[in-house]
Amino acid sequence: MPAKYLEIRWHGRAGQGAKSASQMLAESALEQGKFVQAFPEYGAERTGAPMKAFTRIGDTPILVRAVIEKPDIVIVIDDTLLSPDIVSGLDEKEGVLLVNSVRSFDWIRNKTGFKGKICKVPATDIALEEIKRGVPNTVMLGALVKITGVVPLEAIESRIEKMFLSKFGEEVVNANKRALKRGFEEVQCEEV
Amino acid sequence: MMNIDLKKSKAVTGAEAVANAMRQIEPHVVAAYPITPQTPIVEYFAKFVADGVVRTEMIPVESEHSAMSAVVGAAAAGARAMTATSANGLALMHEIVYIAASSRLPIVMPVVNRALSGPINIHCDHSDAMAERDSGWIQLFAETNQEAYDLTILAIRLAEHEDVRLPVMVNLDGFILSHGVEPVEFLPDEVVKEFVGKPKRVYPLLDTENPVTYGPLDLYDYYFEHKRQQVEAMEHAKKLFPKVAEEFEKISGRKYDFVEPYKLDDAEYVMVALGSTNSTIKYVVDWMREEGFKVGALKIWMFRPFPKEKIQYYLNGRKAVVVLDRSASFGAEAPLYEAIKSALYEATIRPRIGSYVYGLGGRDIVPEHIRKAFMDAIEGNLLVDEQRYLGLRE
Repeated sequence: MPAKYLEIRWHGRAGQGAKSASQMLAESALEQGKFVQAFPEYGAERTGAPMKAFTRIGDTPILVRAVIEKPDIVIVIDDTLLSPDIVSGLDEKEGVLLVNSVRSFDWIRNKTGFKGKICKVPATDIALEEIKRGVPNTVMLGALVKITGVVPLEAIESRIEKMFLSKFGEEVVNANKRALKRGFEEVQCEEV
Repeated sequence: MMNIDLKKSKAVTGAEAVANAMRQIEPHVVAAYPITPQTPIVEYFAKFVADGVVRTEMIPVESEHSAMSAVVGAAAAGARAMTATSANGLALMHEIVYIAASSRLPIVMPVVNRALSGPINIHCDHSDAMAERDSGWIQLFAETNQEAYDLTILAIRLAEHEDVRLPVMVNLDGFILSHGVEPVEFLPDEVVKEFVGKPKRVYPLLDTENPVTYGPLDLYDYYFEHKRQQVEAMEHAKKLFPKVAEEFEKISGRKYDFVEPYKLDDAEYVMVALGSTNSTIKYVVDWMREEGFKVGALKIWMFRPFPKEKIQYYLNGRKAVVVLDRSASFGAEAPLYEAIKSALYEATIRPRIGSYVYGLGGRDIVPEHIRKAFMDAIEGNLLVDEQRYLGLRE
């Protein structure tokens, strides 16, 4: 294949911030001088409906506009969505499955049948503690940065400031930064 | 391909990019129907109005039919007027879309291309734009968010040129571009303002010293002559587009044309398409070129007026041409295919040609589909009268 991009597929429920996270990652990567693309897959457009979002990051312009069928990373923001379908196209040698869950690795493996690298972080709990709202996406971004190093943590922090400071004030910014950092620190991975 | 400076770019959706073009253009009037099937373009723009960022008179109307009517009235009065819509909204405007063109009102309207009902579908295809194909509007199609932004600005100058005076639709693919984030390099506000300038008022209704009539009864005595003038205006649009594009290049460094060739110099097999799918086609061209296949692509930027001469220039003598359509014409050939095939009638060395319909109602198109169509061409497996489908279950 000509160009290779880092391809991330997000699974969540509408309202959990998968779309925002996919975009925030793209914005951070652009600030790091990368070519980026992020887009959601809309279905029923109602809160709670399963939805997907996609982020591509590359050193050359992103040309492919199709949905991501062979992701490098699958991020699941809601573990009630776990099923064998969710890891469709994810390579068991190279790919990573990152899940927001308080459950065990065995439970996640059981639900998905995925034999590759699994990472998990209790992102909703962390979000509730730090942001006081069950919006786990910034925690997931922190975990993703730890696993992949795709952008430095500071790049996401600076996006958080740009997005939230004027709109919601310093408290919200700091809460999100703490959530991000805890995602980075508290993500656990299991390779087989 | 458009080179953009990542350092100067922002990651934004197509809707946000277009809304910012409108902010910089700062039309006197924007009328829009504010709920579904409206797009975030109008949502962003309404915020600019509410925040006092622009001085535009924003008219929230009760339907798209009224949106286009209000914009027609404003433009006839001498204002620079814009609106934006999508899918069934455009269909509801249909009657007044024709009136805008026949009244020679230079309205610029971004259209987020989405499937027409029914069955009900909100996703991308070109059926909405194709339903207005013969309305007398200039139709431009963007491949990227950058192009959607640039073409919206460029369209103002083309529409308002005194030898053209025609409305322009700037088409961008629904969701894929409108809700997809990618880098866009914005021009400085003052540069855009200087480029679009002040609109030249031509027979404004509000000039009460020199009263004029818009929308008169025009029966068998003069209707035909007026239609002939619309035909002529499209010819003028064709003549003037390169000049406007050249001036846009001066302020942006980005060069627009009727079509964009991609790796065509020695290409034997050429794919032709409208809109965002051209990106994925370029990816497949790169991929297949690495394997030694002489493939290339021709993107259509301007669909109306149809740039027949450019198409003949680029396609004459190729071994085969594959045309991709994101809409169907039931009982006839797909719109782009029909136009390309007709243009090739006069080619001295006619390529083999094949028609592929894809992506209706937002069905995804993946590189493998495009490769399959190219391989059909390479293997000599194209039938001029057979419409084929990519990504369809049969």
